[in-house]
Amino acid sequence: MSKWKKLSAAVALALCAGGVQAQISGGVVKIGVLNDMSSLYADIGGPGSVAAAKMAVEDFLKSSKSGLKVEVVFADHQNKPDVGSQIARQWYDVDGVDAIFDVPNSGVALAINQITKDKGKAFINTGAASSDLTGKACSPNTVHWLYDTWMLAHGTGGAMVKTGGDTWFFLTADYAFGHALERDTAEVVKANGGKVLGAVRHPLNTQDFSSFLLQAQSSKAKVIGLANAGGDTVNSIKQASEFGITKGGQQLAGLLVFLTDVHGLGLEKAQGLVLTETFYWDMNDGTRAWAKRFAPLNKGQYPSMDHAGVYAAVLHYLKAVASAKTDDGTKVIAEMKRLPTDDPLFGKGRVRQDGRKIHPAYLFEVKKPSESKYAYDYYKLRATIPAEQAFRPEKEGGCDLVK
Amino acid sequence: MKHHRIAFLVMVAVFVLAPLAMYPVFLMKVMCFALFACAFNLLIGYGGLLSFGHAMFLGTAGYASAHSAKLWGFAPEFAILFGTAAAALLGIATGLIAIRRQGIYFAMITLALAQMIFFFYLQAKFTGGEDGIQAVPRGRLFGLVDLSNIWAMYATVFAVFVGGFLIIYRVIHSPFGQVLQAIRENEARATSLGYDTARYKLLAYVLSATLAGLAGATKAIVFQLASLTDVHWSMSGEVVLMTLLGGLGTVFGPVVGALAVVSMENYLAQLGAWVTVVQGVIFVICVLAFRRGIIGELARLIKKPL
Amino acid sequence: MPEIFGIPTAALFGQLLIGLINGSFYALLSLGLAVIFGLLNIINFTHGAQYMLGAFTAYLLLNKLGIGYWPSLLIAPVVVGITGVIIERFMLKHLYKLDHLYGLLLTFGLALIIQGVFRNEYGSSGQPYPIPEQLSGGHNLGFMFLPNYRAWVIVASLVVCFATWFAIEKTKLGSYLRAATENPALVQAFGINVPRMITITYGFGVGLAAFAGVMAGPIYQVSPQMGADLIIVVFAVVVIGGMGSIMGSIVTGFGLGVIEGFTKVFYPEASNTVIFIIMAIVLMIKPAGLFGQR
Repeated sequence: MSKWKKLSAAVALALCAGGVQAQISGGVVKIGVLNDMSSLYADIGGPGSVAAAKMAVEDFLKSSKSGLKVEVVFADHQNKPDVGSQIARQWYDVDGVDAIFDVPNSGVALAINQITKDKGKAFINTGAASSDLTGKACSPNTVHWLYDTWMLAHGTGGAMVKTGGDTWFFLTADYAFGHALERDTAEVVKANGGKVLGAVRHPLNTQDFSSFLLQAQSSKAKVIGLANAGGDTVNSIKQASEFGITKGGQQLAGLLVFLTDVHGLGLEKAQGLVLTETFYWDMNDGTRAWAKRFAPLNKGQYPSMDHAGVYAAVLHYLKAVASAKTDDGTKVIAEMKRLPTDDPLFGKGRVRQDGRKIHPAYLFEVKKPSESKYAYDYYKLRATIPAEQAFRPEKEGGCDLVK
Repeated sequence: MKHHRIAFLVMVAVFVLAPLAMYPVFLMKVMCFALFACAFNLLIGYGGLLSFGHAMFLGTAGYASAHSAKLWGFAPEFAILFGTAAAALLGIATGLIAIRRQGIYFAMITLALAQMIFFFYLQAKFTGGEDGIQAVPRGRLFGLVDLSNIWAMYATVFAVFVGGFLIIYRVIHSPFGQVLQAIRENEARATSLGYDTARYKLLAYVLSATLAGLAGATKAIVFQLASLTDVHWSMSGEVVLMTLLGGLGTVFGPVVGALAVVSMENYLAQLGAWVTVVQGVIFVICVLAFRRGIIGELARLIKKPL
Repeated sequence: MPEIFGIPTAALFGQLLIGLINGSFYALLSLGLAVIFGLLNIINFTHGAQYMLGAFTAYLLLNKLGIGYWPSLLIAPVVVGITGVIIERFMLKHLYKLDHLYGLLLTFGLALIIQGVFRNEYGSSGQPYPIPEQLSGGHNLGFMFLPNYRAWVIVASLVVCFATWFAIEKTKLGSYLRAATENPALVQAFGINVPRMITITYGFGVGLAAFAGVMAGPIYQVSPQMGADLIIVVFAVVVIGGMGSIMGSIVTGFGLGVIEGFTKVFYPEASNTVIFIIMAIVLMIKPAGLFGQR
């Protein structure tokens, strides 16, 4: 190639790169991982999510050879909407953060959802459960990646009702998530001919469930639905065994249980629990390879589905940024909906108009201690729910983005 | 008093110029808490009554203001007024119960009453429990000024803060304020001079509650959120810390204290639970060795009351 | 099944029993507070944190030194009691001549420090502490299944509370203590080392809190925040019982636990606030508290 051609090619390339950079605010794509670093959801997300995000950034830059500069920051929202809101505002207004990831705790998630919409940034939620995020609170700036209360209710709830658990009593965490989960599961139970005998609300991060469990016991319901998560679920299950609830014939339905919770309970207490997740490290070679890479970055602990969600979501986000050549939140989210998703963790899927990412859901049962052959060998697969059926139909959510 | 005027002008200048260099939302937070601390100081510094439950006024006003703005469509000025009124009513109700006792007992009673209010809000539907009242609209002030403009909002908060501060200043330096301080020094003697001490104390308490409410109601509009944090006892502890650190019974102490504590929380936020530890350490040091607080020590240096 | 006011008897008795268990903790903790307040006139805000320290000491003893529950019941109160002695000697002592509110503020600050340090180390979720072998399992009482450990809690608290009451009201040492509360100068003039008695009393009150903490470990999860919200309820209990009254705090502690249990059956939404409502009512009618003399 002649000297001039090389030079003009170089200049063109520089201009293009400059062109790409010119659309990226501050020259850097800044990703913020906001979650609970110290309380009941710290093992599900926590520092592990930050590690997953950084891993995704590295993997993306390596495989796409993109010139993008990407930074990851993180903070602890302490499960408080005001703390989360202030961090998000400061991140967006002052620190140049372009997108926020994770955010377990539906109350905080709904607050971040609103602020992100007001400021035109991007919010990819993997940690929270409220199906309102793609329902009445849906937004063109939000993607709800991992799971939601509708999916959980129809997965675990549906399975239990169909196998005879037709009277229910709920133990509900008293905030947005718990209410949504109770509401969605109650619908499933009733739709399948079952009855809800009662419910009791407990504050978030409760230590002592004795009086609530006693009420559940005296209701004589066949199934006690635990509409809570993290430490609350672990404590309810532990104390239920202390009060002889399962020995008395009642079944516990952990409506939101993560691998890390099972690990905390131990197979002795958790065996037989039926749960629905969208990722399990031991599903296939792709997930296994990733988990083995992830564990050393997370103090040797295997990934929860939230960690996997953050990884996959960051990957897809960066793909969308590179493809749309901008980090403007609304545009990137639109691009994320346009591009189909494909990664070794969740397989093939897509992001719908209402912001809901869909992928298959899996019904698991926790193995008995005798059935577990190696570390973290906790689940046996009971059923696979195809992506299009696992999540609430788009038209039923009440989202005004859906035409 | 000339030095007061100078200090006041300095304070005003700081809050007028600072937003050009610092994050305005941070400064608005400082002003709201400064007003809260000044209101609290009225009761402890000049009335001698330690209320350990002042968060109930901040939070109640916040919820009332947020609820009225979001669900009843109140314009921001009415939402703030409504919130302040709610706090005043709560002040009267709790004051009537608490004023009957003094000293430590008073503190314990206010703490327990505030905790009762907290649990009530935790359960009540309208507060949204753990989620709080979110997406509170900023609205248009007087139907004209759009408060989603950050400068309009800042000016409003500044006006509220300065207004509240001046009210408190006027109260402290009025005959009422003098009697209050007399009661703080020696209640028996004040009674023997013919003053109905219970009535004065109650009035001071309600005033303090109302102005704390003003701070809370404004804060809800600024942050567009009212949550349980504002009624939790740790918030009551924080306002004590701000006032203690700044200087109990000084005019400008609470403002400085609020600035210090809010700044500290902001910059140490990355460190999570260490913020609590630092707050505790400051408490201990202040109580053992630094009882006059920042402004108190400054006042001693220049030998004039601040 | 038989019903009382529309609530099945089984549920009623079950909640009552749980109320008694909660009441045991209220009684133990308010006893410690009453002892400290009675002699030092200081509201020990650190009490909740010291309760937590008791639980954590047991947890650490088990996980670092392999020392089990039963020895911990003795070791933890002593260890935490010693930290109490240090606090009193080096910090509280300087505040006696000042307004008592400063003591409250100091102990509040100390509580923040202790809780913050542990939160940093352990996060806010609980650490598991196993129920001791000898007390695991339970008995089916017909109307509910009562875990043995929870029955033990009731028994142990009654014993400790009664022993403390006896020591203070009926023994010579106790009478010195009570005299020193009334008139420290005079008692000192009789040759009794009042400052040392004060220090030991504070240590003892703190030890009581730690004892409650060890007992709480197996059922309430060992977490840095475990004392923070509990302490305020205990304050209300002490105010209702009468600030300096030993018997008052014991009776009120158990009594309020039971009332709370009742409320959970008939009107669960109010269960958190019922104790505070009672406090407000008692203050209107009898400001000194049910058993108080001041």
